[in-house]
Amino acid sequence: MINSLLWLVPLLPLLGFVINGLGRNTLGKSLIGLVGSGVILASFVLSLLMFFELGGATQKQFNVDLFDWISAGNLHVPLSFLYDPLSAIMLLIITGVGFLIHIYSIGYMHEDAGFGKFFAYLNLFIFFMLVLVLGSNYIVMFIGWEGVGLCSYLLIGFWYTNSSYASAAKKAFVMNRIGDLGFLLGVFLIFTTFGSIEFAQVFPKAAAMMPGAGTLTLITILLFIGACGKSAQLPLFTWLPDAMAGPTPVSALIHAATMVTAGIYMIARSSVLFELAPTTQDIIAVVGTATALIAAIIALTQTDIKKVLAYSTVSQLGYMFLGLGVGAYTGSFFHVLTHAFFKALLFLGAGSVIHAMHHEQDMRHMGGLKGKLKTTFATMMIGTIAIAGLPPFSGFFSKDEILAHAFQENKVLWAIGLLTAFLTAFYMFRMMFLTFFGKYRNTHYAEDKVHESPSTMTFPLIVLAILAAIGGAINIPHVFGGNAWLEHWLQGANIKQHALTLDHTTEYALMGVSVLAAVVALIFAYTKYVKNAHVPVSDETERSALAKISYNKFYLDEIYDTIIRKPLDALSKFFYRVIDKKLVDGLVNGFGWTATEGSKGLRLLQSGNVGFYIFMMVLGIIALLSYTYFFIA
Amino acid sequence: MELLLLIFLPLAGAIVTSFIKGGSAKVSALLFSLLSLCVTIGMLTQFKPDASTQFALNYTWIPQLGINFNVGVDGISMITVILTNVLMPLIILASFKHDYKNSNAFYALILFMQTGLILVFVALDAFLFYIGWEAALIPVYFICAMWGGKDRIKVNMKFFVYTIAGSLFMLLGIIYLYLQNPSNNFDINAFYALKLDSYHQGWVFWAFFIAFAIKMPIFPFHTWQPDTYTEAPTTGTMLLSGIMLKMGIYGVVRWLLPIVPQGVNDWACLALILSVIGIVYASIIAFKQKNAKRLVAYSSIGHVGLIAAGIFTLTTQGLQGTMVQMLSHGVNVIGLFFVLDIISSQLKTNKIEELGGLAKVAPQLAITFLIIVLGTVALPGTNGFVGEFLLLYSVYTHNIWMGAIAGLTIIFGAVYMLRMYQRVMLGTTNELTLTFTDIKGTEKIVLYTICVLIVVMGVYPKPILHLSEASVQQLLDQVNQKLTGVN
Repeated sequence: MINSLLWLVPLLPLLGFVINGLGRNTLGKSLIGLVGSGVILASFVLSLLMFFELGGATQKQFNVDLFDWISAGNLHVPLSFLYDPLSAIMLLIITGVGFLIHIYSIGYMHEDAGFGKFFAYLNLFIFFMLVLVLGSNYIVMFIGWEGVGLCSYLLIGFWYTNSSYASAAKKAFVMNRIGDLGFLLGVFLIFTTFGSIEFAQVFPKAAAMMPGAGTLTLITILLFIGACGKSAQLPLFTWLPDAMAGPTPVSALIHAATMVTAGIYMIARSSVLFELAPTTQDIIAVVGTATALIAAIIALTQTDIKKVLAYSTVSQLGYMFLGLGVGAYTGSFFHVLTHAFFKALLFLGAGSVIHAMHHEQDMRHMGGLKGKLKTTFATMMIGTIAIAGLPPFSGFFSKDEILAHAFQENKVLWAIGLLTAFLTAFYMFRMMFLTFFGKYRNTHYAEDKVHESPSTMTFPLIVLAILAAIGGAINIPHVFGGNAWLEHWLQGANIKQHALTLDHTTEYALMGVSVLAAVVALIFAYTKYVKNAHVPVSDETERSALAKISYNKFYLDEIYDTIIRKPLDALSKFFYRVIDKKLVDGLVNGFGWTATEGSKGLRLLQSGNVGFYIFMMVLGIIALLSYTYFFIA
Repeated sequence: MELLLLIFLPLAGAIVTSFIKGGSAKVSALLFSLLSLCVTIGMLTQFKPDASTQFALNYTWIPQLGINFNVGVDGISMITVILTNVLMPLIILASFKHDYKNSNAFYALILFMQTGLILVFVALDAFLFYIGWEAALIPVYFICAMWGGKDRIKVNMKFFVYTIAGSLFMLLGIIYLYLQNPSNNFDINAFYALKLDSYHQGWVFWAFFIAFAIKMPIFPFHTWQPDTYTEAPTTGTMLLSGIMLKMGIYGVVRWLLPIVPQGVNDWACLALILSVIGIVYASIIAFKQKNAKRLVAYSSIGHVGLIAAGIFTLTTQGLQGTMVQMLSHGVNVIGLFFVLDIISSQLKTNKIEELGGLAKVAPQLAITFLIIVLGTVALPGTNGFVGEFLLLYSVYTHNIWMGAIAGLTIIFGAVYMLRMYQRVMLGTTNELTLTFTDIKGTEKIVLYTICVLIVVMGVYPKPILHLSEASVQQLLDQVNQKLTGVN
């Protein structure tokens, strides 16, 4: 079945895109919603069936060739798919979480005039995301890679009449493109080094190379630059918080659960290469840790509920890169999975709150919603506990796996990781308390108008909450008597992770410390925001220096503006006005002037009558032809 | 026979059209261009994608001077013939919304130019090639000078003198080669067989290169281009950017590489550096352009720079990338100029800051424009990616740093294209743009066709690559053989 039906998995969403794209103005909303979610559900069912088939099969790699896409000289790019344990799990996440978010969108976007367009874009996104994870070589992966970037652009700028939203969309695309150039150069180098871009060819050849070889280091650094763009790592992460301009289901699907984890997927997929490049691994670990910490610090003071979650996503992605850097490939991928559950849940929950509050996103104008939005509150609380790393919810297992590996490799990275976990628990509970506890603070929107969202929106919340709660079960470590199922499963995709050599006492101690950190953070947050009912100050009030840096996002946008955008703009004007107009064109005109001065006499021949010119041209041709005919032939 | 039709059908069309007064002239021109397209399709069905020259004809013309009417097509010529004859009907159809004064002369000139272009792309005789080269220039000069914007006379004078000056260098080169040729003719194969030393090859290289570099244009020979593209009537801009600049590219491939490979080899590094500088330089200039037409003009310099760089790597990927990109660039650039023409003919402006919010009032235009923009920024799945991928790869294999610098085009392209798209289409409408109405009729036909081409060529480029593969390989083998022979 895998060989014969795999191509249907991405094709169905593409079909949905075509139907909804063409019928966006003519089809009814319920039909659009049905088609849009239906195709994803069908893909999900297919993915599930194939997953079970793969589980029972002895063969773990299935290659499906579609056609020869680009071919020139020795460079061949076949359009082909690879189905293996890694892509199998990714398919389930994308279509499963994707389906829930489609259902949610039916309720969330119901009043929007662009309902059809929205579902078309969402379907197109799922298509490209599936291509990304199914590609059997780096260029097919790149089709999906840039394709999801396009959908991200379209969906961030969905409400395009707001020009700051449109700018956010452009920023996301351009910053991703910076990473994409790195990715593309990395692929070129892979081809010139290994003579192929197919995973199945590249990895065995790479495995035969010397660890630490310069070429491998360069390849992996270039690929990592690509990952930094797509997965929002330093220094390219500033587009992700701005991407919150898109509708909330988009933030949940693209900017939390799936697209932004593409960089982690790509590195896990290429783990053979990265394992042989220790320098790159160190860089990844440091960048990841730094990103995790900085984003967590920024999240501490944000007042927009979606911005908190956006920075939290950046921070969690940093965590995953830390895991990759210390050789915990399955651990990072495990976190991709659990993060997809709890972060999608949190975003959708935030969307439910925003929906209930009539487009209010500022937590300073919320408060006391837990009685009104019971399901939203309960499910979001589960998500918060999961992300905070409290057992037995999913985030606890995946986070601790990364931290244990970090501890084994480098104590400093572990310590920063632990600090980040503390900050994460704090800002997440801060968000929950500000939103749901205390008194209702909104003066523009009457409290009795606040209502729980429709069941199309709460149903996905409940399913995701269950997954966020129990999702950790798929990779329970040996220390708890589990069998680390995911780790074994991914070995079928040649993803090896460093063995954990810590003894059980140390492991228990590490877990104890991180749980303690989360609990302390919870108590701090509770004391400050519930007991003392603290509300973040308004924008006009002066903040302390540290709070100011955090609130203003380390001034990164301003810094980029000063050191990159403005100089380039100035250069543009300089090139145009001085180099092009004065220097280059000046030289040309100099030649021209000499010529025109000398040819003034010849001007008399030009009468300015076009008819005359055409007549002369035709006459000339006739003369030439008749000369040929009469005198030569 | 087919080639005679291909060459003289547009000429016949020009003569017929010049006698048709009023609005029917455009219809006549469209019919003739469609006929040419049919002939092309007919040829394509018979064409065998091997390296041979097909449909060849060779008539003696002026034997005293060794000039023959010697024509034929191989895969490389076929690409440019397809480009010309697919774009012509689109360009003519795109002009339907305008009522040009003396429209019979206008359309006659377009068809006349088509004959010149085809001649350039099928000529196997240097003299014939030169005739086509100039015959294509003169009509487009008149189109731009008679029907252009307010600065047209001054701008066009420069364009005309500049390109003519370049052509004269080429003419000198051709005459020199002719004099060196022991069989005293202008036959391309005789030119290929010439054994010139490295020093003289260098001179011939420059004579041809300047002509081609001005035509494309390559930095720093480009300064005529932005003014001319901006001032010309859109039809003229489309003819220049969509088709005519490919004469320069084709010239390099057909007349420069195989005739003076040693000269190319000696100077390729400089040509590559100029091309790569052009990519970055023109892209950066495009950032802050206020006039959308001028922005696209500069973006075209950047894109053509990448093509030129790919050629001078002398690799299969570079040349095959060039073949695909000639078609893609042609389709995309006329799409961009057409969109701007639709906007300016309603709103009388192409100034970016005066526009905005058009997507609200013109959703169809917004979608088609977006697809064209995506093709231009080389998104995978669009035609732009296939060519740009191969070209960047070829430059990368030549030199990793040059590859990285040329690769900046994928970032910079996104910056200026999306900036233009945002300022023109997104945001809120203003008093002016509120009055805009969405595309209709012929506008829809042209833009939909362009969008379909962008996607189809991007998803399944194999037939195009296959068409020219053998010819490109043979040409490169020829070059390499000669290079190893000289050394």
